[in-house]
Amino acid sequence: MATGHSMGAVRPHRIIAFVGGALLFLALLVAVTLPAAAQSVPTAADPFAAAVQALDARKFSDKATAVDALGALGDERAIAVLQAFADGRLYRHKADKIVIIADRAGDGFKLTSPVTGEPAGTATSREIKKIIANNKLRGQIRGVLGQLALFSPDADERLEAARNVIASPPDDALALLKRARDRETVSKIRETLETGIAVFELASDDRALRLAAVATLADRSDPDIKSALEQRLLEVDGDAVEPDAEVRTALREAVDDIDDRLALFGLAENLIFGLSLGSVLLLAAIGLAITFGVMGVINMAHGEMIMLGAYTTFIVQEIFRSTMPPEIFGMYVLVSIPAAFIVAAAFGVLIERGCIRFLYGRPLETLLATWGVSLILQQLVRTLFGANNREVANPDWISGAVAFGGGVSVTVNRIYIIIFCIMVVAALAAFIRYSRFGLQMRAVTQNRGMASAMGIRTGRVDALTFALGSGIAGVAGVALSQISNVSPNLGQNFIVDSFMVVVFGGVGSIWGTIVGAFSLGIVNKFLEPVSGAILGKVIVLVLIILFIQKRPRGLFALKGRAAES
Amino acid sequence: MSMPEPTTGPDAMTAREPSILYLEGVSVSFDGFKALNSLNLIIRRGEMRAIIGPNGAGKTTMMDVVTGKTRPDTGRVLFADDVNLTHLDETDIANLGIGRKFQKPTVFESLTVFENIYLAQKTKRSIAETLFARIRGEQLTRIEATLETIRLTERREDLAGDLSHGQKQWLEIGMLLAQEPELMLLDEPVAGMSDAETEQTVTLLMEIAKDHSLVVVEHDMEFVRNLDCTVSVLHEGSVLAEGPMDTVQSDPRVIEVYLGR
Amino acid sequence: MGPISSRLIAMESKRSWAAILTLAVIAIFVVPILNLAVPEGSLFHIPTFWVTTLGKYLAFAILALSLDLIWGYAGILSLGHGAFFGLGGYAMGMYMMRQVGERGVYGNPDLPDFMVFLNWDSVPWYWLGFDQFWFAAVMVLAVPGALGFVFGWLAFRSRITGVYFSIISQAMVYAFMLAFFRNEMGFGGNNGLTDFKDILGFELSRETTKVGLYVATAVSLLIVYFICRAVVSSKLGRLLIAVRDAENRVRFLGYSVTNAKLFVFTLSAMLAGLAGALYVPQVGIINPGEFAPAKSIEMAIWVAVGGRGTLFGAIIGAFAVNGTRTYFTAAAPEVWLFFLGTLFILVTLVMPNGIVGVYKSLRSGELFDAIRRRLRRVDA
Repeated sequence: MATGHSMGAVRPHRIIAFVGGALLFLALLVAVTLPAAAQSVPTAADPFAAAVQALDARKFSDKATAVDALGALGDERAIAVLQAFADGRLYRHKADKIVIIADRAGDGFKLTSPVTGEPAGTATSREIKKIIANNKLRGQIRGVLGQLALFSPDADERLEAARNVIASPPDDALALLKRARDRETVSKIRETLETGIAVFELASDDRALRLAAVATLADRSDPDIKSALEQRLLEVDGDAVEPDAEVRTALREAVDDIDDRLALFGLAENLIFGLSLGSVLLLAAIGLAITFGVMGVINMAHGEMIMLGAYTTFIVQEIFRSTMPPEIFGMYVLVSIPAAFIVAAAFGVLIERGCIRFLYGRPLETLLATWGVSLILQQLVRTLFGANNREVANPDWISGAVAFGGGVSVTVNRIYIIIFCIMVVAALAAFIRYSRFGLQMRAVTQNRGMASAMGIRTGRVDALTFALGSGIAGVAGVALSQISNVSPNLGQNFIVDSFMVVVFGGVGSIWGTIVGAFSLGIVNKFLEPVSGAILGKVIVLVLIILFIQKRPRGLFALKGRAAES
Repeated sequence: MSMPEPTTGPDAMTAREPSILYLEGVSVSFDGFKALNSLNLIIRRGEMRAIIGPNGAGKTTMMDVVTGKTRPDTGRVLFADDVNLTHLDETDIANLGIGRKFQKPTVFESLTVFENIYLAQKTKRSIAETLFARIRGEQLTRIEATLETIRLTERREDLAGDLSHGQKQWLEIGMLLAQEPELMLLDEPVAGMSDAETEQTVTLLMEIAKDHSLVVVEHDMEFVRNLDCTVSVLHEGSVLAEGPMDTVQSDPRVIEVYLGR
Repeated sequence: MGPISSRLIAMESKRSWAAILTLAVIAIFVVPILNLAVPEGSLFHIPTFWVTTLGKYLAFAILALSLDLIWGYAGILSLGHGAFFGLGGYAMGMYMMRQVGERGVYGNPDLPDFMVFLNWDSVPWYWLGFDQFWFAAVMVLAVPGALGFVFGWLAFRSRITGVYFSIISQAMVYAFMLAFFRNEMGFGGNNGLTDFKDILGFELSRETTKVGLYVATAVSLLIVYFICRAVVSSKLGRLLIAVRDAENRVRFLGYSVTNAKLFVFTLSAMLAGLAGALYVPQVGIINPGEFAPAKSIEMAIWVAVGGRGTLFGAIIGAFAVNGTRTYFTAAAPEVWLFFLGTLFILVTLVMPNGIVGVYKSLRSGELFDAIRRRLRRVDA
């Protein structure tokens, strides 16, 4: 029934459009034939050629009419012509009296036919005369060009043009959109166009058309469309904008539908952002969790290991830039990963052998000593590289954004970080689970004395554990260099957060750290829209402090006698 | 296995006498391992009791439960027949009059011997009382007496951290005495002591036992025999046998537990 | 006379009494006289800049004492003492801000400049009362004390100790920094509180006021020293050391570890607040930077350098480290962090008892024994 209505409704409308088009065509014909009658244009039969010829009018107002008429044809050839007009490259060939595109070439001009797009010989500056456009006209041309992009052969351009037309509609937008829709073959663009048409038809005088439009819009998920629908539900001077009760009900249902979907999309968006923040936290914290878990040592220089990893990435990038062909420049990130691991791990061994091993059993002193190390490393990097941010470029394959429905778009580097984080943690878990060293590490974590008695060289395990934890921090630095500024303070920004992850998750448990990082990341992102970013962070910190109250050893605490001491 | 089987006549009567400590059906498990398995144990007021058993029998866990360090999963722990200890924390239980000496001697190493005893001495424990406390003459006399008892008068101004292992054990016993508890729990009081020291400790404990209830956990059989008191044998978290040392030692189940495997 | 009291006197022997008295007289009388009465240009004249700098150090010394009380004696390393210091400072800053009155840039008699800038039409409720000095003075102690009590209660009740406590306290001060950076908090956001005019009617820009503030700080330090002295030499002081050595054993003696820690932590928080309140009028500004975690960690090194567990050590450490900083920031700022970092490492590695410890072992000839022992331990 409803479909029948809308079908019936469309037909008279098309007729109106057709009649309108025909009238326009007649008007054009008049405009074109007046000068053409005297000038004998060879291709007068072609309406496009005629429309182009009409640009060569004496008065600006006539030129304006001609520009609109040319645009209204919806012919993609018009793009080049109007562009040339706006650029001042459109001329009249004095001899032939035809409009031609001319580009300066040496002393003379190279000519191009606006109709065929083919080269049309050359001319001297005397043989041609510029068709002048003023600023007003150029503005108008820009608008028409925007609409014409609806007919561009390039699908992306068409989509963008459709969005533009919908966002700031010209007078005849509805007709334009319909014409574009009828020609459109790509379903996604067609959908966009139909959305636009439906938005216009919400205000149609025809009740059936309005109902159809509401039906079309009800399954879109866009806050703008929602507000367009809501506007129809407003009351002005006591009268509803939408007079019909049935349409109002449909409108209300449609708004509810969209609301539901938007909430869902919002959820998904927060989840993705939360996962990505969680991955960053996890990368930053997992190395810390290992050293804290195995050795009971707080490494305040952990953040600086991340920073060193980021600077290693910077150095590798500079080497690639200066010595490698540009095609493989993007690969520098892959080379940075092992390089950062080695650099940070080497520093880790240095710190462990040179400082921490003298302080075992004195965790508070270790904390202070490693803080000293962190100050020295920060100042060292500041002295060597300067205090300012260093530019680390995203390679092409990590740039850009992926758009999901409902206005959700995520930058590619964030998605890569999630993937990278999963890979690093999986590799680490496998290493700890299956390698001999991992076994020794777990033994030392659970009972240092017993492990030592069984012949495990705990000193060596400690050094290597520290190297592993630091190396992973270095790898985290590679990832962070892709999403944040590389500066000597890089590590400081993560130190409190990563400690919170470890404390929250439970010391000595990789699972705890994973769950801790992702829950903190997600909670943070869900709080942000409600409370603002900073207050959200404060709330999370307070929540953790209260949580530790209830479970002083974190989510996944080791139980039993081993954990007592 | 739920009830301890009294092995000798007189002990069968214990349940009727006033008890200082009463454990009934106490179970504790760590990650599936049953450290205590429905343990029943009754200590009479004024009694000295020795508890022996192989490693992992639950001796230390039993002490942890009594002193509030570990909460039992099930069971009742009564002090002096009327206070249930299972819901109190270490501080409350200590203030009720239960003192404990740890397996590893734990004294305050940066304080002097005198100060260790001074802190342990029975006084009001509130922060205000502690902040404004002054030593009175009578208090000082008692500290001196305790120091005499544990033979550390000479070293009263030395830091506790500088004492030998045996002396630390004695200092901890001294701290326990100064606490004036009704019930004393001693976890391996002679571990790491020389024979002479062990002998002195036996004399000391016998002396203490005259006016205290005492529970002694020990590995050293000779020491336990010298204490000359009722012995409870713990095995896999419950009491396997109970009675005088000689009777217990000839119990075939005890022999099997200690030697059989 | 019992041994406890004899030990007390040993700590405060006639010689130390003489030392304390001499230092107090120099700080409270000699320095102001050399500044005010001795003419400029004289060899003995102390410029006002140096008086104020010394005043800053004295405030830091109070802060160091407060930290030493809980770390040196009770073994609790707080990495969040900047929160108490900062809150005390803000309380005093709010008082001085209210005293500005119409003399602000916007000339609004009722609102501090930054509130006018934010288009607020009245002061928020938590600013009420801060136009009275007595009220601000109470808040200087009460707010940090309340925070210390609540935070300590949460932490100590659930037996959060050691590095856990350190990390959590660091998170606490970090949260304060983030929160105070927000304009909506009503504490001047990023810029904090500044452009003070006077305190108790005395113009802050006048030399006599500056010297007066210095003297007030010196007297406060003396009083705080005696408060701390009284606490650590009492039986409670012994109990705190016992808690530091073997916390669990203390519980089995029947003392409440939670209450003992809570008492000393709250006291420490209040003293830190006092330090902040004395510091702010002398430097003329308080902003969220005081809540930076790095600043709070640095306080620990003052105490460690001087010698923790000794009250004198904390004071010496505060002067030594901050004096060095003043020197370096003028002479070679880029070297300062290298120096500070190295200080952290060296103090923890080779002089765990700080300057006081080194002095003691030098006097008793134990230093070389200690070094030998340390080296042997490293080999093992």
